[in-house]
Amino acid sequence: MNTRLTILLGSTLALGLALGLAGAAQARELTVVSWGGAYQKAQNEVYFAPFKAAGNKMIDESWDGGVGVLRAKVQGGNAGWDVVQVESDELQLGCEEGLYETLDFSKIGGKDAYIPDAVNKCGVGAILYDFVLGYDKDKIAAANAPKGWADFFDTTKYPGKRALRLGAKTNLEIALMADGVAPADVYNVLKTPAGVDRAFKKLDTIKKDLVFWKSGAQPPQFLASGEVVMTSVYNGRIDAANHDDHRNFGIVWNQALYTLDSWVILKGSPNTAEAYKFLDFVGQAKNQAKLPNFIAYGVTNKAATPLIDPKRLPDLPTAPDNIKNAIPISTAFWLENNDRLTERFNKWAAQN
Amino acid sequence: MALQGMDGAAARALRRDHSRAERRRRLQAIGLVAPLFLFLLFTFVGPIADMLRRSVVDTDLAAIWPRTAAAMHAWDGAGLPPDSAFNALGEDIRDSADAGRVAVAAQRLNYPILGGRSLVMGMARLAGALDGKPPPQGWKAAFLDADPSWGNRDTWVAIRRASGPVTDYFLLNALDLRKDAAGHLHHAPDGIFLSILWRTFSVSGLVTLFALLLGYPLAYVMSHSSRRVAGILTLFVLLPFWTSLLVRTAAWIVLLQDQGIVNKALIAIGLIDHPVRLMFNRVGVVVAMVHVLLPFMVLPLAAVMRGIRPETVRAARSLGAPPWTAFRRIYVPQTMPGVGAGVLLVFISAIGYYITPALVGGADDQMLSYFIAFYTNETVNWGLASALAVVLLGATAVLSMVYARVVSGRGALVG
Repeated sequence: MNTRLTILLGSTLALGLALGLAGAAQARELTVVSWGGAYQKAQNEVYFAPFKAAGNKMIDESWDGGVGVLRAKVQGGNAGWDVVQVESDELQLGCEEGLYETLDFSKIGGKDAYIPDAVNKCGVGAILYDFVLGYDKDKIAAANAPKGWADFFDTTKYPGKRALRLGAKTNLEIALMADGVAPADVYNVLKTPAGVDRAFKKLDTIKKDLVFWKSGAQPPQFLASGEVVMTSVYNGRIDAANHDDHRNFGIVWNQALYTLDSWVILKGSPNTAEAYKFLDFVGQAKNQAKLPNFIAYGVTNKAATPLIDPKRLPDLPTAPDNIKNAIPISTAFWLENNDRLTERFNKWAAQN
Repeated sequence: MALQGMDGAAARALRRDHSRAERRRRLQAIGLVAPLFLFLLFTFVGPIADMLRRSVVDTDLAAIWPRTAAAMHAWDGAGLPPDSAFNALGEDIRDSADAGRVAVAAQRLNYPILGGRSLVMGMARLAGALDGKPPPQGWKAAFLDADPSWGNRDTWVAIRRASGPVTDYFLLNALDLRKDAAGHLHHAPDGIFLSILWRTFSVSGLVTLFALLLGYPLAYVMSHSSRRVAGILTLFVLLPFWTSLLVRTAAWIVLLQDQGIVNKALIAIGLIDHPVRLMFNRVGVVVAMVHVLLPFMVLPLAAVMRGIRPETVRAARSLGAPPWTAFRRIYVPQTMPGVGAGVLLVFISAIGYYITPALVGGADDQMLSYFIAFYTNETVNWGLASALAVVLLGATAVLSMVYARVVSGRGALVG
């Protein structure tokens, strides 16, 4: 096909789409986009349905992430989405690229209402979740329970295989903490070449006992089948295995790595007033406090924690005892170094 | 000679009619294949061409920092660039930060410069605090105050090379090569991709070999047994085709893990005391991949074997050849087209494998596709992802051409 025809066809198509969408944009209701699945079901119970019941109009959609998707939405004249829940690197990248509105915290309860990690120029934290050490309590007695990542590397006390996420991200932090680096200093050490060497050297000590998981569903399976004695895992997966599959898995909250998903308002949204109303609603402590009943994520309003069912609180990353020695995964560090350190990780993996 | 005798006009009319009919037939043929052609163009040729383009075209930086790109093209590359280049970059960083585009440029410079992202973003923060005025001490001094790396020639050479419109950075990177500031090529000591390319081909070769060793006898039995037995065998070969790849791989995890069926059976019959590691290593990858790809070997082999006339082997036997010789000298050469098709199908499919090694392999069993996916999805380094894909495509093309020559040479020998 000749190029001119392609361009003609393409532009006709684009024009038609743009006209259609522009028409839709004027009339459309507030559209909130989240991650789908069990999480969005919980959000619907706790946030969306009550928000609508209070007389507001909104619809919810789901997406799979990727800053490229948001870039296309915003640069294409904001096609249909207003409020989106994003992961930490999408928050940072999109904010630097100007894809989000700068958040006016005075409209959503003020910065002081939220935990410090949840306050960002372009977004407000929605949930906080952990990367923890998971093990099977049926196989490791309570008296002998692991207490931190140092135990993960102790193959004499806990013989057997252990699983980590395939790649460099999170594993280097874990190795440094196991080697005695205080959680607060992890990224300062990791910023130096010597720190990276130290992390890989520590990983070397258990290399022959290590296996790697690729998808978040694998670690609980490995624990259940007895394939590994310990694993790094998302806290929500352990909670789900315990509640839905009646497993007896344990979590070591000490030295956990946490990250947040945040709400952002897409630049150029025609519904910013409604968007702020929604964010104010989902940011209120009394509403947030209900989310953990459905799913084991921590919430971001400081006043929410005392309102959470005390029986449920110990399962949450934001419980005071659980978060006191945890650190956030550094988005800035990994945006800058993921390529190089992943190559280094693979070089390391190929050496015998 | 008769035609020559005909008068010129009639001959011309005949030729015209003939060529008109020919043209109509050609148009009809084109019309029939046009849908397929368009489909392939949009789903196959287009994306591949775009991928090839992305591995060398490098216009991100120049689009965001036009003044800098112009200054870099004017710079001869010796020593530090002139003050005007510092000014251009300073103004470009400030304006691109205002436009929310500076992060894209920062990411591009992060590839060749260690810490390049924070170098640029730090400068963007500084420039943003100036309220649109040039810094009091001048841009050059402001850069050098902010970070001494700005006084490093390597930094500027990297910016110059990233200023487009084309780059060899990604392709060189995919081949473990680096260009130093003077323009000389070096082997990168921390490069991993050549060894991963080798790993990709050796795993695929191993899988192809096992598929051939297992598939050949099976195809033989299939094509030399009764219709009923052949039908049942074909069904068993085809069965895996109807199950999703993910499900089959998950099934292998259940079979191969330490507490899995295979290990339990081996322990039960007393062959081993401790579970053998069958998964999270090369063994698991090869086993699972052979299973998934076996039909691609068996089906073309069986098709070719069914067409071989049994008389040829019988004739060889009646002329005194022992069974093995008759099989080796008469039967096997006739199956070579099937072997060729099967080997090529399995090998080419295996080269692109991604999910199976990720799920049943260890950290050192990941093949090139894993890295292409990693750079595409996780770090959005599409230049490098495209360059790796180009290397894979090129290596595969060369291999299949070599293979085609070998097979056709063999075929000529047999013929």
